[in-house]
Amino acid sequence: MEKPTCGHCFTQIRNMSVKKGKNSILKNINWDIHCGELVAVIGVNGAGKSTLLKALLGEVPYQGEIAFQNTNKIGMHPPIMGYVPQKLEFDLSSPVSVLDIFAATQSKRPVWLGVSRKMREQIKESLRRVEAEYLMDRRIGVLSGGELQRVLLALALEPMPNILLLDEPVAGMDANGLKLFYETVSHIREKYDLAIVLVSHDLELVAHYADQMIVIHQGQLIAKGKPKEVFKKPKVEAIFKQSFSKAGGAKG
Amino acid sequence: MMEKIYALMDILLPFEWAQYTFMKNALLGILLVSPLFGMLGTMVVNNKMAFFSDALGHSALTGIAIGVLLGFKQPLWSMMAFSLLLTLGIVKVKNAKTASMDTIIGVFSAMAVALGIVILSYRGGFSKYTVYLIGDLLSITPTDLGLLTLAFIGVLLFWMLGFNQLFLVSLNPSLAKSRGLSLAVWEYLFTLLVAVIVTLSIQWVGTLIISSLLILPAAASRNIAHNTKQYVGFSIGLAFVAGLSGLLLSYFIESASGATIVLVLGIFFCITYMLKIKSTQEGA
Repeated sequence: MEKPTCGHCFTQIRNMSVKKGKNSILKNINWDIHCGELVAVIGVNGAGKSTLLKALLGEVPYQGEIAFQNTNKIGMHPPIMGYVPQKLEFDLSSPVSVLDIFAATQSKRPVWLGVSRKMREQIKESLRRVEAEYLMDRRIGVLSGGELQRVLLALALEPMPNILLLDEPVAGMDANGLKLFYETVSHIREKYDLAIVLVSHDLELVAHYADQMIVIHQGQLIAKGKPKEVFKKPKVEAIFKQSFSKAGGAKG
Repeated sequence: MMEKIYALMDILLPFEWAQYTFMKNALLGILLVSPLFGMLGTMVVNNKMAFFSDALGHSALTGIAIGVLLGFKQPLWSMMAFSLLLTLGIVKVKNAKTASMDTIIGVFSAMAVALGIVILSYRGGFSKYTVYLIGDLLSITPTDLGLLTLAFIGVLLFWMLGFNQLFLVSLNPSLAKSRGLSLAVWEYLFTLLVAVIVTLSIQWVGTLIISSLLILPAAASRNIAHNTKQYVGFSIGLAFVAGLSGLLLSYFIESASGATIVLVLGIFFCITYMLKIKSTQEGA
């Protein structure tokens, strides 16, 4: 099941456009996502990042094509997406345990009839990937922000996706939780054959963890490449001037 | 078939109140309706559909009115047709996202109730229909029990085959979508199922309190449950115990059974709520 990164399989996005009424939210996005990469998607608020993510997930209708090309198969098919939402919004009083969520996605047996011992073991294994097996029987309402994100990460890896989508997953997390989360993500990237797409506002973080990035501005893909190179482009610099000085200041 | 069941009940329940056929029927009705409502209620509460089920209950009046206009002897089918239409309407308008959900339901509900009352009260005949407001559990017939049994099997099947999907959709739409579930399909399936069950039960429980019967067991269970298995289990259990004790209580104090059951459920909610507060304080 676990294999080293091949780097050859990739997901092709061709001429992706999204319209809402008369407004174009995304215009003609062309983008290849290679396995083993951690690609950051950045852009100012309202640039179209979230829409891009939703289109990838199939939540908003789009024009154009998304196809996944495997190394050994010639045919293309839609990629399997793993998704870690920014914030799982739910009622804090929900009587839902971590185990319930996993069982509901992986088991045919209805959750209200309980979880089989075999399934429990399997779920424990999934949670171990993100060092969260001790959270299995807790109610999701009592988890900290960091714990919940790691649980959601483990969930997104089951089944192992072709693309793992992380939607600003660190919002509302403390420094420790954040570090642990990204260490886990880096570890997963090394261990499994998948691409990671990270939507983020935190440019410093992107510069540190991503090896590729794309910049979305006013619905268009205006730059792509290695973070260091992209940050140097005048167009990008102009857009992020403020954020840059902030990030630079923080670094010293 | 019914004779055999009655004979068995005579052996199991050698009480004075259990001699009457109407009490036997009511008891069988409770046996079917309470677990049904206990189950459905968990998802109704998860999806924050309390107001929706209230609107469904109220709109039944229009269904009855339409049945009367068309000259139906049994208004169940016109009620059913109307509540299904109303449900489709509400979900459709809701998904258009032009106004907030509670405003939409409020508008639909108010119009449906008003229309029903206008038709039924035409020339001052409304008092004939007050039975639908509070319901009459003691008038349940073996034919009704047959229908309820079918409904029970239907819901149980749905709960075996579709619970996990429904659970994910209610937990977080984006998460469900990323798992390849169609939000619209599950939303329609579930709301229509609730509409069918509510309509079927309205004659016995009454339009005024039917949604409480749906909401309260789940709401009380939510106070004390830590996971989904407990949530559904407690909800069914509480609905069952309240149904049974409410029916008996209403027999002895000669009150409307549906309302008595709801009162017992209300007390259950208060108790579990206090338990919850106590356990949070201890935890803190």
